[in-house]
Amino acid sequence: MKRLLLLMVLVCGVGLGAQQPAPSAAQDGFVPVDQIQKKDEIPAAPLLLSAYAVAWIAIFVYVWSIWQRLGKAEREIADLNRRLAAGGRRS
Amino acid sequence: MKTMVPVLVVVLAAMFGYAPFLIGGAPYESTMGLVQKIFYFHFAAWMGMFAAAGVCGWGSAVYLFKRRKSADALAVAGAELVVVFGIIGLITGPLWGRKAWGVWWPWDARATSALVMWLIYVSYLLLRRFGGPGSERLAAAVGLFGMFNVPFVYWSVNLWRTLHPKTTVIPTLPVSMGLPLWFSTVAFLGLFTVLLTLRRRLEERRTDLETLHLALEE
Repeated sequence: MKRLLLLMVLVCGVGLGAQQPAPSAAQDGFVPVDQIQKKDEIPAAPLLLSAYAVAWIAIFVYVWSIWQRLGKAEREIADLNRRLAAGGRRS
Repeated sequence: MKTMVPVLVVVLAAMFGYAPFLIGGAPYESTMGLVQKIFYFHFAAWMGMFAAAGVCGWGSAVYLFKRRKSADALAVAGAELVVVFGIIGLITGPLWGRKAWGVWWPWDARATSALVMWLIYVSYLLLRRFGGPGSERLAAAVGLFGMFNVPFVYWSVNLWRTLHPKTTVIPTLPVSMGLPLWFSTVAFLGLFTVLLTLRRRLEERRTDLETLHLALEE
């Protein structure tokens, strides 16, 4: 049992270590430069465009969702007001 | 506030239209290059989330102690906005991290505490949706608890060792980077105000609907 636990701890430790490479990105302050370095292994543009697209999609979907829910509530209120008015006239 | 919404929408449209030019004109960061430009919307979205958490917490506290329905409506609107702005922050962060750190999700103190805070507000909304009668009070306690997480999430990068940029980055930014950042942040906070007003109006209409249903039953 102890061996199994030790093995699990080692495997988890190795997994977490592998997930976190030595940081090279700035943490304490951002230094501006005019030109990008030529060491870009992962293309940055698709990531940048995806990030801005996600932000806009989330905002538009949420605005659309409020619009739909507000419209539904307004329609139901109008319908209930009509039914209440009809009931009032009958009595 | 309701009459101010159309004016604010026009101002925000102009601001969001101009923001890409400001962000595009900002200099590249020396270690991260182009991908660091995600920062301008990423930070702004988190500020929107923190503002929404503050509104939800304040509304929840007022509802818990004074039982005001209007405060509860504000809290619900705030909680929903925490989830929306949180989605933006939680997705743009990994897109930035993939390039900057080589991993999508680092499980560090900032990313994990932000995820936990977002989950608290998801649970708030689930509680409101499926909790049944009386869930408003329990949800208000969750909303208040969620608000107290904000300082921990914000200062987590200074308290624990993380890969994430520290809070010291913000005051030391050069004007060329600070201007697009604060411009985007103001635009996001304006957007937050408009969405909060609309969402609150929806909650008020739902209360009207409940009142009408009761009147019809009688």
